[in-house]
Amino acid sequence: MNARTGIGASLLRKEDLRFVTGRGNYVADIQRPGMAIGVFVRSPHAHARLLSIDTTAAKAMPGVVGIYTGADLDADGVGGLPCAWPVTGKGNTPSKEPVHPALARGKVRHVGDPVAFVVADTMVQAKNAAEAVVVEYEPLPAVVGVLDALKPGATAVFDDIPDNVCVDWEVGDAAATDAAFAKAAHVARLSLVNNRLVGNPMEPRAAVAEHDPSRGSHTLWTTSQFPHIVKLLMGNFVLHLPQHKIRVVSPDVGGGFGVKQFHYAEEAVVTWAAKKALRPVKWVCERSEGFLSDAHGRDHVTEAELALDERGKFLGLRVRTIANMGGYLSTFGPNIPTNLYGLLLAGVYTTPAIYCEVKAVFTNTLPVDAYRGAGRPEATFVLERIVDVAASEMGIDKAEIRRRNMIPPDAYPYKTPVMMEYDSGDPGGCLDRALAAIDWTGFGKRRAESASRGKLRGIGLTTYIEACGLAPSRIATRLGARGGLFESATVRVHPTGDVTVLMGTHSHGQGHETTCSQIVSERLGIPPENIEVVFGDTDRVQFGLGTYGSRSAAVGGSALAKATDKVIVKGRKIAAHMLEASEEDVTFADGRFSVAGTDLSKTFQDVALMAHYPVDYPLEILEPGLEEQAFYDPVNFTFPCGAHIAEVEIDPETGVVSLVDYVAVDDVGTVINPMIVDGQIVGGIVQGVGQALFEDCVYDESSGQLLSGSFMDYCLPRADQFPQITVQTHVTPCTHNALGVKGCGEVGTIASPATVINAVVDALAHLGVNHVDMPASPNRVWRIINDAGFGQTAK
Amino acid sequence: MRTFDYVRPATLPEALSALAASPEARALGGGMSLVPALKLRLAAPSALVDLRGIPELRGIRITDDAIVIGATTTHADVAAHPAILDRLPALAALAGGIGDPQVRNCGTIGGVVANNDPSADYPAALLALGASIETSRGSHAADDFFTGMFETALAPGEIVTAIRFPIPKQAAYEKFKSPASRYALVGVFVAVTAGGVRVAVTGAASCVFRAEMIESALGERLAPESLEGLRFSTDGLNADMHADAPFRAHLIGVLARRAVSKLLATGKVN
Ligand SMILES: Cc1cc2nc3c(=O)[nH]c(=O)nc-3n(C[C@H](O)[C@H](O)[C@H](O)COP(=O)(O)OP(=O)(O)OC[C@H]3O[C@@H](n4cnc5c(N)ncnc54)[C@H](O)[C@@H]3O)c2cc1C
Repeated sequence: MNARTGIGASLLRKEDLRFVTGRGNYVADIQRPGMAIGVFVRSPHAHARLLSIDTTAAKAMPGVVGIYTGADLDADGVGGLPCAWPVTGKGNTPSKEPVHPALARGKVRHVGDPVAFVVADTMVQAKNAAEAVVVEYEPLPAVVGVLDALKPGATAVFDDIPDNVCVDWEVGDAAATDAAFAKAAHVARLSLVNNRLVGNPMEPRAAVAEHDPSRGSHTLWTTSQFPHIVKLLMGNFVLHLPQHKIRVVSPDVGGGFGVKQFHYAEEAVVTWAAKKALRPVKWVCERSEGFLSDAHGRDHVTEAELALDERGKFLGLRVRTIANMGGYLSTFGPNIPTNLYGLLLAGVYTTPAIYCEVKAVFTNTLPVDAYRGAGRPEATFVLERIVDVAASEMGIDKAEIRRRNMIPPDAYPYKTPVMMEYDSGDPGGCLDRALAAIDWTGFGKRRAESASRGKLRGIGLTTYIEACGLAPSRIATRLGARGGLFESATVRVHPTGDVTVLMGTHSHGQGHETTCSQIVSERLGIPPENIEVVFGDTDRVQFGLGTYGSRSAAVGGSALAKATDKVIVKGRKIAAHMLEASEEDVTFADGRFSVAGTDLSKTFQDVALMAHYPVDYPLEILEPGLEEQAFYDPVNFTFPCGAHIAEVEIDPETGVVSLVDYVAVDDVGTVINPMIVDGQIVGGIVQGVGQALFEDCVYDESSGQLLSGSFMDYCLPRADQFPQITVQTHVTPCTHNALGVKGCGEVGTIASPATVINAVVDALAHLGVNHVDMPASPNRVWRIINDAGFGQTAK
Repeated sequence: MRTFDYVRPATLPEALSALAASPEARALGGGMSLVPALKLRLAAPSALVDLRGIPELRGIRITDDAIVIGATTTHADVAAHPAILDRLPALAALAGGIGDPQVRNCGTIGGVVANNDPSADYPAALLALGASIETSRGSHAADDFFTGMFETALAPGEIVTAIRFPIPKQAAYEKFKSPASRYALVGVFVAVTAGGVRVAVTGAASCVFRAEMIESALGERLAPESLEGLRFSTDGLNADMHADAPFRAHLIGVLARRAVSKLLATGKVN
């Protein structure tokens, strides 16, 4: 049975029947008796003093239940939105955490900053009233780009932070790195931009809240990847509600990509308003509102230098990055461009000296936080781009330079100069397989064939490693996290032997109902259809830390494995009693407890029944019931790694880049469900190619208006732009968790931007090009080709 | 969206009187441009007068020298019509390249023409082919119809009933899709008509326009080579986050050349 349903089986996804037949239950589907509809009035200015808000006329409009502003929240003592992961910068200076009011106070700091919340009987009434709210602004100059934010005399986003710097952070050894550069035979240098992105999960955010005055309790249904943390942050820091009086439910959630892992103002305002109005209140974000209210991702400007000896061995890496935090700190804002970035700069290489400085700055843009990959795609982009630049400058093959510098397989566990200790990995093995799969050495022929059609062909390679399985609390708290990052799982065995699993992680597209069932099926020997996986309800699941950072299998799955172990331990005791054997003699395999050396055995179901109908039960040594909870806190991060190779064709006349081939060989540790892993990797690659070729979140530099505020201008990747993507896995199991799993949710977005840009640069290298910023849009690529005096003639 | 009345008249006179009844009433074609505007509250009509219940506004008629397409005919119907595929394949291809299947199954030619979005495809075909726009009041020549960004010669309450395309000797359309919206970042329609070569450019400026420089070069010799070395002015061209004016100017030349190559390669002369 296990071969078909256990670990390693491509079991079809249990949840898909309800999704593909339209029976999912999303927050927007939730209807409560007497429910009112809320809409937010948002700032049209990037930066302005908020002089007055007049709601008199609006309140008199038909159907209006209430109109609330920051002043109303203040009057109720509502607090600002907390930052859960600050960091400490140079000279032990903590990151600045300016107050982030749920509804703007005093000033608005980005277009879309919420200033009022209008609740009415119907959506149309709420919108009509919202238009009648009169807000008087005194527009101020806006600062948008990170370089502008640091210029002397730049507009200050916060009056008491005149230099706009949230934190000036460093990692690594500056002196050792300087020494490495002093003895270098060659130094490669590169300035690059990591473009700002909008996450755009398919389902926009939404919240429904209800207050029960008779019990003094609050229920919030929200599109969260992280319901327990919404409950904790919102209850404890924003609304000051007791934890046992709050229930947060994240039912079916249609994609997150990180965007839904933060505690948002709207959640707190809707919950607060439901009590104020004594009506259930629903808010559903519209797509264009999402562009103006979801936290954005990336947005770095970086200078990097790589020192090499005459053979191309890396001696030292120096990186200086300015990262955008936006107009306020989002929940994890400062952690992303620091810990999740600088600590990854060793990559898969033995570079002995690394020094990285990051200035995180405030601007009049939306808050920036984690987006699929979060810091690690940015680190991989810097490293894999500068390695290519060095290889080109020194005339070394791109695969060869990587091999020369790669951590040898026998060097694991490997300690990097930037704090990480990699437990396992074989990126060299991944590289060999990827080179073979794409036919690296046959590229010249393919390039010539493309040239015969007037196209410029390029090939690009990336070898990467990332840290996921967030996170060992011991390390995370040292790095600033204001909470643990362990996980919990409960295995509830029913009298029939059917099982309900309660997970602290949250599935919003990843197929956890299937993979968690496979873990249980494998370990308890029961079929997946006898297993129900529950998550996303703080009243059902005691505690959990949600899903992000490719943690669900590595941390949640490990907690689940631990809980099943506890069930087996107790089951052996029960079986020993039933079989009149000693506990030590009872073994468990394939769903059966057996007495070694005899043909005596009991099935898992027999034992479950006995646990609930304890006839002749040894009550003095055994409690009835069969339910076990486990908490698991990992000892280390997990480190997926791999090699990706892309081939592109460029039309020199129009600058259009077409991705024509893509091979990914990834070590994601033990594969629980190959089909799901394949889907995660392909989806991640597509999203990363989106960043490389299509997606760009653009603000007008002077007004701070969002120019890419809808899908008319924000270009998501589409299926017709992709070749068949070849995905292979090359497994070295994680050495420090029971399942050997590492994580597969982010590897695609981490590796593919660098891979594709390396290919684009390769295609243009003969024109003297050594870098192309993302997205490599037709206009940008045409401009480069045109400036090089090429592409003018018709083919 | 605000609240509004919805009417679905069965005849043109009823539609005209519904539109005349309120200055804020608007005709509704496929709703592919109007409904998004309503949702964003950029438009707030008092009533929508749905033209799709009027049988004579829909359908395709072929005469000896023209193709007449009813105003509420969808893009999908034009793209798949056998006679259009045979006599004016460039127009079928243009319609088949608009938006996505949902848009093509709802959007109508009358709606596109009345809307005159600067990035829409059909206006290039109308202008290059010298089409006429038949309306409730008479007929407009394409040359005089598209007057500016989202502006046309239509009077308030005037309904487009059909578009009449004279069948050209040869024609081809080349479109460079905007990466995000897939509207025309630039689109060039080249037609060899009884009156000579006509070339219309959409997407590049605030309104579709004829490219006289290309027309005269192709008038001398109908070959892609005739366009080599031509430099297009960036004056009046659009610039946005997807394309600056020099890139648009460059694309006009590239697409014109490609359209001519395509037109010559199809070999079909009506
Ligand atoms: C996602 C998307 C992608 C698109 N991509 C493209 C593209 O690539 N190329 C392209 O050309 N277009 C594109 N469009 C627009 C599409 O072609 C629409 O169909 C078109 O713009 C409007 O046609 P409609 O029938 O939907 O008109 P409606 O939206 O119903 O109406 C548009 C305007 O025309 C008026 N109107 C409609 N019919 C008449 C009539 N018979 N007489 C007088 N006035 C009338 C209406 O009052 C309104 O002002 C796209 C639209 C969408 C939503």
